[in-house]
Amino acid sequence: MAIQEQRLIFKHLDEPGYSNDIDCYLRHGGYEQLKQAVTMKPEDICAEVMDSGVRGRGGAGFPAGMKWKFLDRKSGKPIYLVCNADESEPGTFKDRQIIHKDPHQLIEGMMCSAYAIQAKLAFIYIRGEFFQGYRILERAIEEAREKNLLGENILGSGYSCDIIVHRGAGAYICGEETGLIESLEGFRANPRIKPPYFPAALGLYQCPTIVNNVETLCDVKHIIEMGGKEFAKIGTPGNSGTRIWCVSGHVQKPGYYEFPCAAITLGQLIYDVCGGLKPGRKLKAVIPGGSSSKILRADERFTGKLKNGTDFDWGIEDIPMDFDSLMAVGSMSGSGGVIVMDDSTDMVEALANINYFYAHESCGQCTPCREGVPWMRKITQRMIEGNAREEDADLLNSIADQIAGRTICAFGEAASWPVQSFIAKFKDEFVEKAREQAARRKAGELAAKETTLI
Amino acid sequence: MNLKPETIAKIDQLVPRYPTQRSAALPLCHLVQEDQGYLSNEAIEWIAARLELEPINIQEIVTFYPMLRTEPVGKHHVRVCRTLPCALAGAYQTCRRLEQELSCKVGHTSEDGEFTLEYVECHADCGHGPVVMIGEEQYNDIDPDKASELAAKMKSGELPGGITYS
Repeated sequence: MAIQEQRLIFKHLDEPGYSNDIDCYLRHGGYEQLKQAVTMKPEDICAEVMDSGVRGRGGAGFPAGMKWKFLDRKSGKPIYLVCNADESEPGTFKDRQIIHKDPHQLIEGMMCSAYAIQAKLAFIYIRGEFFQGYRILERAIEEAREKNLLGENILGSGYSCDIIVHRGAGAYICGEETGLIESLEGFRANPRIKPPYFPAALGLYQCPTIVNNVETLCDVKHIIEMGGKEFAKIGTPGNSGTRIWCVSGHVQKPGYYEFPCAAITLGQLIYDVCGGLKPGRKLKAVIPGGSSSKILRADERFTGKLKNGTDFDWGIEDIPMDFDSLMAVGSMSGSGGVIVMDDSTDMVEALANINYFYAHESCGQCTPCREGVPWMRKITQRMIEGNAREEDADLLNSIADQIAGRTICAFGEAASWPVQSFIAKFKDEFVEKAREQAARRKAGELAAKETTLI
Repeated sequence: MNLKPETIAKIDQLVPRYPTQRSAALPLCHLVQEDQGYLSNEAIEWIAARLELEPINIQEIVTFYPMLRTEPVGKHHVRVCRTLPCALAGAYQTCRRLEQELSCKVGHTSEDGEFTLEYVECHADCGHGPVVMIGEEQYNDIDPDKASELAAKMKSGELPGGITYS
């Protein structure tokens, strides 16, 4: 029996008759929290967000209240709020739903947050490929402006703030917050080094800046509605609120599903919620949090100690879907993009596909990443073209080890983790690839098989 | 530069909204590209002058962001996502079918200038792979047979061309 979703952020957006215009949003109780927020003290809203324990939904899972607390309020410089709507981690497609189907929820969440941090101006950095999403947001902002929900003297509160929608142009690195800021300033999106360039102190135009994900900003609206402590009761301590899991790959019903953190296991998500695998297929591997998160092998046992001291011993299907459990098994919940692979998947091809992506997206600023990631792509490409060598797995690993930890931003890790985890979990397939090709060559056949994933 | 009056109006409205002129560089590249189809040297120089920057400041953006282009595309700009979730759903097979149907190799524009076929990276709709974009419109769950249908519609003129910005 399918497990029922418990929607908070996505509560209305797929209801029959629900549309993305402001009248529909107001009919569903929209902007009540903004009305409430502008009567509150900004620091009280920040305290509620802190109490809620909400962690960033963009990938890193850093507590949003803490991020806000780091904001330098004494500099005398203007404060900026930036919504990261670059949604570019492969496997993730949740922000797109909010932007297209419920843009006013985002605008309300943003204006509540902007008021809380006393931002002078807010931006939505939206990925360039969302042509329609951009137009929807532009229209929604004008609708909100007409009703004095943003712009000058919002709802007579004396607080003013506008939103500018800024389009990206196809670069993955703009999802990294300091790269995004560089892009917003009109430069190449080369990330900045931290310290000193923590956005909360030296962000946009070297002013204090908060960058939050679309889903996180929507959470703020709900935190104001129910209070931080009540919000923290959803999920488990340290893993509060709901998460929208975006499931893609070899399942019967790919899609987005919202549940409280830790309410379901990975097995329930795949088999009960997504209808299991295609007929006759067996689970081989899962990438649980967007393509940069480390892959999990279907037949592994995961053992260790959780943060709270309890021991765990899980199969892949037993892993609770939350931040800490996925971290405990050596991966991460990242942006919530769950990519499922069945036993028809060639792991060398899958890694070749991922390496192609990261080689294409490296910004080119740091040498280990600019040079190393294309080398990893070249090796996996050579492997699937019929020239695999038995030592390639070790070679790939050694390159990845020399990238991770040696770059300005986390892209170096994002590009290395797939390689390191694929080799750690599926090294036999990489070695076997070379042997198979050698055998075919010996038999007078073409060494390379026809590929499907690259 | 022969920009449409509505493009100029949009630019004039947009630039003063930003705290610095330079922040408007990427939006201006989008607007001029939508007006002209691509960013010529002349266009790059025009944008730089409009924002009181040097042409290299715009050039370095144009060469960084994949969606900005320095050459015109075919009448139908077809972009196939090839990233892992779409690949698992069969994106490479879809693209091969499109290559056949459109007589156009991926990464190229067809000789008659009708089609540009490209691989692109993740479009963030991975639950509906393979994802194909034609111009600004997105098409979901495009298996090879649906790709053939799309190709037929493009050839018959039923689907709008790639540059239909409004």
